[in-house]
Amino acid sequence: MSELHDNILQALEEHFPGAVISSGDEMDFPVFHLQKNQLIAVLTFLKKEKGFNFLTTLCGIHFPEQGDQEFALMYQLHNMMQNQRIRFKVFMPKSQLEVPTATVIWPAANWMEREAFDFYGFKFMGHPDLRRILNMDEMNYHPLRKEYALEDAGRDDKEDKYFGR
Amino acid sequence: MSTNVDIQNNIEKDYTTLNLGPTHPATHGIFQNILTMDGEIIVKAVPTIGYIHRAFEKLAEHRPYNQITPITDRLNYCSSPINNMGWHMTVEKLINCEVPKRAEYLRVIIMELARIADHIVCDTVIAVDTGAMTGFLYLFQAREKIYEIYEAICGARLTTNIGRIGGMERDFPEIAWKRIQAFIDEFPAMLTEFDKLVTRNRIFMDRTVNCGPISAERALEYGFTGPNLRAAGVDYDVRVMNPYSSYQDFDFKIPVGTQGDTFDRYMVRMQEMWESLSIIKQAMEKMPKGEFHADVPEFYLPEKQDVYSKMEALIYHFKIVMGETEVPKGEVYHAVEGGNGELGFYLISDGGRTPFRLHFRRPCYIYYQAYSEMIEGGMLSDAILTMSSMNVIAGELDA
Repeated sequence: MSELHDNILQALEEHFPGAVISSGDEMDFPVFHLQKNQLIAVLTFLKKEKGFNFLTTLCGIHFPEQGDQEFALMYQLHNMMQNQRIRFKVFMPKSQLEVPTATVIWPAANWMEREAFDFYGFKFMGHPDLRRILNMDEMNYHPLRKEYALEDAGRDDKEDKYFGR
Repeated sequence: MSTNVDIQNNIEKDYTTLNLGPTHPATHGIFQNILTMDGEIIVKAVPTIGYIHRAFEKLAEHRPYNQITPITDRLNYCSSPINNMGWHMTVEKLINCEVPKRAEYLRVIIMELARIADHIVCDTVIAVDTGAMTGFLYLFQAREKIYEIYEAICGARLTTNIGRIGGMERDFPEIAWKRIQAFIDEFPAMLTEFDKLVTRNRIFMDRTVNCGPISAERALEYGFTGPNLRAAGVDYDVRVMNPYSSYQDFDFKIPVGTQGDTFDRYMVRMQEMWESLSIIKQAMEKMPKGEFHADVPEFYLPEKQDVYSKMEALIYHFKIVMGETEVPKGEVYHAVEGGNGELGFYLISDGGRTPFRLHFRRPCYIYYQAYSEMIEGGMLSDAILTMSSMNVIAGELDA
């Protein structure tokens, strides 16, 4: 485990006992799996106390075979002063896609969360303007979930018997 | 500059709704902004994006690793080679492949050329939006020269698909070196000419100074990166912070601004072009000898002659063409300094032939959300300038 990982883990266990479910290093990144209800408290603490001032990116992930850990959100923070990067993940089942919004900490989370809502259907509680962003408003599904095929199976305008479409 | 006006219930004022876009000649791309105007002052702006959304993240989940490079071309199409290299480096990080020094230097040259091309587009378009067409026409000749260099290296001009996982697809040919040398010789005079025409021009300065400013603190909260963040005064550059592709070997400065307004964004890009030119010169001088790609036969197409005569080469050729290459499990994030800022690739591999999940951190997408805050309270014509100085590229915005 990296030194950064140990420092952050120690600080989190001190201030938020039980918030970190598991942790480890993925390539060059320390990764922490968090309890969903502690997420915003942890992110706020890291921004205010540990200098992780920058939200690099945020995205949803779908693991269809993981049962009650089917959906995940990934948050990536950056401490620009000391050049440290860490990653957080929050897992949740399909029935509980409500997540507290991070827009209260970073305005940058606004569109990132709208994107995660658009493509995966996460409901960010307290988000100022949770609408679809890249897809059209009339769409009635969340297309990056794994159950949706790349192309509509009912299409007949692209029939190509040689390449198996 | 946000204004808190009760638009619905204000009977004193008569507001106009103006629909700017989706296809408006002054927005350089497909952007829609519904503006509430008080005379010529913007009271409220509501941006709509997604008009050229092409579902790249979904597409990428269905394509083998080497076939994702052409998708990255179409993100920020003003500097495709940077996107291509960013993707190759992400996969190289995942498969733990060490790229030879020569390949890294070749990549640096092509990436810095792309950065110059990107900044030329942005800076000249700022000048066009203030009414200075001449500078645009002059400096676009330099961009044409860069495209001719791409052409000599990879055969394409805009969507380059340059390089391969593990290095470059071929060493630079003689004609490419000649063209790069010619570019280095000619470009300073062209850039100086443009600089003299535009930068200290009275009209240009009146239009751009204090137009669409953003403070460093606000910019960081909004996730700004790249020239736009540096214009606000934060010296964050991925090339220095997390050096990739041997950027630590080169000596260059990070230009920063103070106000974060259109003029600063313009000036930061102007200075970066000089720095990029200096990096290219250093890379040409120090160019090491050796291989131009790593020894990763699973990802690098073998010589055609070998395919006909050697068993292994035929197997690898078949596997690459059919997209049946195996990669290790894992998740990796790699960022490069794109034309507009930190272009990140977050990749999860489950060991299959395609990525399990690929997320692009597109700098445009993240900083464009500050646009409405930056233009509210300003003039309509300043909003156009602010957009062109932020260099919002529709392809990267909508992915």
